[in-house]
Parts: sequence; C-alpha cells; structure tokens
Amino acid sequence: MNNFEFVKPSTVEEASAALQSEGAQALGGGQTLLPTMKQRLASPETLVSLTGVEGMVGVSASDGTVTVGGTTTHAQVAAEAASAYPALAALAGQIGDPAVRNRGTIGGSLANNDPAACYPSAALGSGASISTNKRNIAADDYFQGMFETALEEDEIITSVSFPVPEAASYQKFLQPASRFALTGVFVAKFPGGVRVAVTGASNNGVFRWTEAEEALSKEFRADALMDLRINHLNMISDLHGSQEYRAHLVGVMTRRAVESAS
Amino acid sequence: MTKVTMTINGKPRSGDAEGRTLLSSFLRDELGLTGTHVGCDTSQCGACVVHVNGKAVKSCTMFAAEADGAEVDTIEGQANADGSLNVIQQAFQDYHGLQCGFCTPGMVMSAAALLKENPIPSEAEIRHYLEGNICRCTGYHNIVRAILAASGQDVPAVAAE
Repeated sequence: MNNFEFVKPSTVEEASAALQSEGAQALGGGQTLLPTMKQRLASPETLVSLTGVEGMVGVSASDGTVTVGGTTTHAQVAAEAASAYPALAALAGQIGDPAVRNRGTIGGSLANNDPAACYPSAALGSGASISTNKRNIAADDYFQGMFETALEEDEIITSVSFPVPEAASYQKFLQPASRFALTGVFVAKFPGGVRVAVTGASNNGVFRWTEAEEALSKEFRADALMDLRINHLNMISDLHGSQEYRAHLVGVMTRRAVESAS
Repeated sequence: MTKVTMTINGKPRSGDAEGRTLLSSFLRDELGLTGTHVGCDTSQCGACVVHVNGKAVKSCTMFAAEADGAEVDTIEGQANADGSLNVIQQAFQDYHGLQCGFCTPGMVMSAAALLKENPIPSEAEIRHYLEGNICRCTGYHNIVRAILAASGQDVPAVAAE
C-alpha cells in the first residue's frame, strides 16, 4: 500500500485537529480500511488512529439506554452488552470472525457505513443516537446512502446510545466468504411502535421498511407480514444474489426476526 | 521510519517501521520471526493470527505502529520452556492436524485464544471459532479433533458434515 504518516493522538481534540489536514483519514480497528488500502482503493496521506483516544471505550447501561464508546470492539460489545441489550450483543458477536471482532470497532463500522455491514441496522433499528465531538445525530438523519453518512471530515464518533427495546432480534443471512450480511434485518419492538431496519439489500445502504413497521406495530406477529412484498427495483444485484432474491430475503429475515425477538 | 517497541513472547524487541508497515511484516521482515505466515492479501485466511495484549488478531490487518508498547505473542513463543511442544502443538501432531503446515501457526494461535476464553469447547464451538482460519489440506476434521484433545476431552471420530 502507499505510505502515509501515522499519528496516534490521546484526546478527541487532538484527533479532530489532525483530521483537518489535507488527505487525513481516521483509523478505527482497521478491519475494513486496511484491506481497502492494500488494494489502493484508499490512500490517505495521514492516518489518525483513534484507538489511543481516552474515554471512548466500553459499554454502559442506565435508564433503558445502552451506550457504547466509539472505539469499543465488536468482541467487547458481544460480551459487555449481553445482559443489557442481548440482540445488540448477538449482532456484534456475528460480525466477521473472532480476530476481526477483537479489532473492529462500532465507530469504524458506522463511519464507513458499508451497505452490507451489520451495525448500521442495529443503530437505525434501535433509533440510536450517534454522538460525535460536535453534536448528537439521530440514526434517522445519520445514514445517507451507500458509504455516505452525516459525518463531516473532522468529525469523530465518540459514542453511540441505543434505547433498549422491549424485544428485538437481528437475523443475518450470511454471505459466507465475506461474512457480511447478504441481507440482514434488525427488528425492535418499542412501547411506541416497531422499527425494522434492513442491511445488505439496498443500493442506498441501510433503510427502514416502513410498511413492515406499520403492520408489526398493529400486530407483532410474523403472520402480519405475510401479504407484504418489498419492491426489488432498488435492491443490490451481484453474483451472490439477484435483486429479486434479496427482496425475498428481506421478507424471510424480517419474519424470522419477529419470531425470534426477545 | 519510526522506532517501534513491543514485548514479543515476553522479551522486549524493537525495530523500524514505516506508517504502512503491517505487524506481520514487522515480525517477519524486521525481527526475523517468520513463524507467523501470510497466506492471503485480503485479511481472510488467518495464517497470520498472533495475540496482541492477549487477544487474537490478524497481524496482516494491523499496523506495527498500532502495536507499539503492546504485549505480542507469536507461534515462536508457544513451546514449553524446555523446548518441547505445548499441549496444543502436541495435539496437532498426535491427531494429524496439519498436512502442509502453512495455516498451522494461525490455527494454533486461534486455538490458544479459544481455550483461554472457553477451556472446554464443544465441537461446534471449535468449528465456529475457527471461522477466520482457512486450511486447504485437512478438511478441518483433524484440527477440530486436535483441539478437543488439547482441551482434555475425549476425541470421537468426527463425522463429515
């Protein structure tokens, strides 16, 4: 890969300042960025490691909210959120493989917003709040299309706060070579209604399936979805699955998520 | 170039690294620890797994500079103090858990990480944990049997799935 200057600040302020230089990019756990750089699809001039920034690691729970620090690894979320938000912990424990989960971070995943990543569905499905060094961004405003987010160049995800639903489940149809979701659905049942977030399926990245949300908010049973079909025209089509196949999977995985929600 | 220092297999080691120097390259090319293998360029094969601060990571998917100051364990540090094979390595030999041996360093390091987390894993848990380690020779059965043996469990004949 092309060379770059490596910097490892210890405060959010230093990291944000370093990101303002031309060609600078933030580095979380690097489990997507390093393979991307090896292929020279990314060539930052300065790489700003966030793993040394203080106060951005760990999982805490209070008043029905689980808050995860931006540089918390998937393995930590899988272990530390297991009692407070089991569906979130289960999702984290299905990302990649054990070595990837020991490095990859929630902030890195959400900042990259891969259209087949798992975490965006948990954030959007839970109605999470994404906190940065500048502001709090509602998940509904944060995801803006494939690899696109509301983040500015020097903005760093410091933590993510998830309202804990009454019941939730993430169902992932695994693409076994990449271990990303061929299609994954996060269903969360709150007192005020149900949220359904779909990853891996759409050309626009993670999205809410509002028709399913309306049906499930009236009746939280898989049968409530039997007559619903999602339009395939904006779905991803690749060698792993056609648009029609992914549209079908959205329905199947949503029903499975409702049946397994706890 | 910057100087990077880490504790490798219990001993302080240092060397020069560029920003882009991968931990795997640093171990192999700068320090001559060629037991850590690099089997792919896409972070998928797991032959390069080492432990950083006790956690299994792919050393090809971490910059050496990120491991500055860390405790790193590699395959070279796995044998017993007298030089004999440790229990996992011995089990790989006893149960024919390798053929060409290229993936073995990563397999042994992943197995060590698994047994630290879960000392008595089931066969299914072993297979699941090895998701990120690819072997093209064995079909995995004898690797799974070796890890069952290393954890002190009975080793049944493992049926093909």
